[in-house]
Amino acid sequence: MTTLTTPPPSKERAAPPGGKRPSRLRLPARLRRVSLPYLLLLPALLLELVVHLIPMGVGIVMSFKELTQFFIRDWGAAPWTGLDNYKLSVDFDAPVGEALLHSFFVTVAFTVLSVGLCWLIGTAAAVFMQEHFRGRGLLRAVFLIPYALPVYAAVITWSFMFQRDTGLINHVVHDQLGLTDSRPFWLIGDNSFVALLTVSVWKGWPFAFLIVMAGLQNIPKEQYEAAAIDGAGMWQQVRRITLPSLRPVNQVLVLVLFLWTFNDFNTPYVLFGKSAPEAADLISIHIYQSSFVTWNFGTGSAMSVLLLLFLLLVTAVYLLVTSRGRKTADV
Amino acid sequence: MAAPRSFLWSRRIFLTLLAGFVLLPVYVMVSSSLKPLQDVSGSFRWMPSGFTVRPYFDIWKTVPLADYFMNSLIVAGAATVCSVVIAVFAAYAVSRYRFRGKRVFTVTVLSTQMFPGILFLLPLFLIYVNVGNATGIALFGSRAGLILTYLTFSLPFSIWMLIGYFDSVPRELDEAALVDGCGPLRALFRVVVPAAIPGIVAVAVYAFMTAWGEVLFASVMTNETTRTLAVGLQGYATQNDVYWNQVMAASLVVSIPVVAGFLLLQRYLVAGLTAGAVK
Repeated sequence: MTTLTTPPPSKERAAPPGGKRPSRLRLPARLRRVSLPYLLLLPALLLELVVHLIPMGVGIVMSFKELTQFFIRDWGAAPWTGLDNYKLSVDFDAPVGEALLHSFFVTVAFTVLSVGLCWLIGTAAAVFMQEHFRGRGLLRAVFLIPYALPVYAAVITWSFMFQRDTGLINHVVHDQLGLTDSRPFWLIGDNSFVALLTVSVWKGWPFAFLIVMAGLQNIPKEQYEAAAIDGAGMWQQVRRITLPSLRPVNQVLVLVLFLWTFNDFNTPYVLFGKSAPEAADLISIHIYQSSFVTWNFGTGSAMSVLLLLFLLLVTAVYLLVTSRGRKTADV
Repeated sequence: MAAPRSFLWSRRIFLTLLAGFVLLPVYVMVSSSLKPLQDVSGSFRWMPSGFTVRPYFDIWKTVPLADYFMNSLIVAGAATVCSVVIAVFAAYAVSRYRFRGKRVFTVTVLSTQMFPGILFLLPLFLIYVNVGNATGIALFGSRAGLILTYLTFSLPFSIWMLIGYFDSVPRELDEAALVDGCGPLRALFRVVVPAAIPGIVAVAVYAFMTAWGEVLFASVMTNETTRTLAVGLQGYATQNDVYWNQVMAASLVVSIPVVAGFLLLQRYLVAGLTAGAVK
């Protein structure tokens, strides 16, 4: 494969300016060739630096400071507190740490269930829609609606459906089916976890569906034909060919779904507002509340850094395990 | 290959239930937006007692929805254009050149995907406030600040998708253009970009959807005049009386641009996701 780092020099130099205005800045051709990729990357690099990397550094610095509302105008003046913010965050016997730990467990449970269900539904839908049938195109468009709808519009609609007195859910559960004695609350109390999970799965599964469908297109038809000749039924083909072939796709998909769900802020924020009920107190909302509602940015930053460390650890372990699995599978 | 009955029946049942699950909120949104207020203030009814389009006129008066709409359009539009242009340059560099630090760049850009938004929010908030105090450039609360923030959200994913797309454009094409005397930039815009239009459209759709749907930064970094739809829509719901029919009408109205755009361009987006995901 040829690369453009060293194009034939004769041709490069022979390229005439073609009567155009000579460019204002004429660097030697060699230098221009070397610097060109960096120039092309420069805007992207600068932006990443300004909006992601520098704030991350600032966030780490902030986590070592006592940054309350008095220091927002001049955060550099906030006093250093060393590891106090971290100690406060992980002191699980005190209220702050206890709440954080609780929120962490809620988030883990929520993420595992949501990712699992999204993956399951998305995969099943993709496998069932692998073959052509009447209405397949229309159904596919319908299935993409949750992905296309803006989060807040979709979640507001769900919050309307979950209203105790005016919502569809209680109308069906209580009025029509008579499953409960009274109208349950969905957006406060323990049920809020179920409500949040439902919305999250509704919104998230189409992404899994899309990616798995893409993965299915890469499985050669001959494999199915060969299996059919050997007498494998439809279900067996799904189990023996489809699912194993999807493994590399699934490894990326599950990781991406995990990170998105774990960090999800929009869904709980629109569903519950600035402070979520205890049963559905996801970590991003929890940190938001610790920072912007009680105005302690230092503690909020320490919690963010801890969250990032946790995600880094999980991702590293996941990548290690899956890549090892892949290697042994290849042998 | 004939599918067995069990497979066909499972498929029928599963897909029907799933379609019902997906469409339920859509039905609620559409039907409730056409109901009179007394219908949405009492117990839910599948069939409205009356039919009215009043909510669609009232939504513009209850909150300044048109202003929010304009803000969202400007912010999402500008973020999309900038992020696509920047991603095209970056992806071209990664796809066509070998250079020092290439791996570091791609890994760094991709790993920003995994960082929790809340991690940037606090520092960015403080940085914008401090930059404003020091230089008088209003980033906090301004559209510019939001555009700057949003365009980096879609950037990593856009670069990743475009690298895949550009890789699939045969190198011989732009090499020929270079040999014919084009500069690298002309080769990019004359040859590579036209050949990768589906990928670029996909990236643009994705960037627009990301910006149009973002809530966290919009809720912290906007003020009265720069509020976007993501925040503004909550205006109907925080009053004592919740005008649910108006909330639903407004939700539908703000969804139409993205859903229409998405359904029109979904072929490209799906193809783009595929190129990125299954390389």
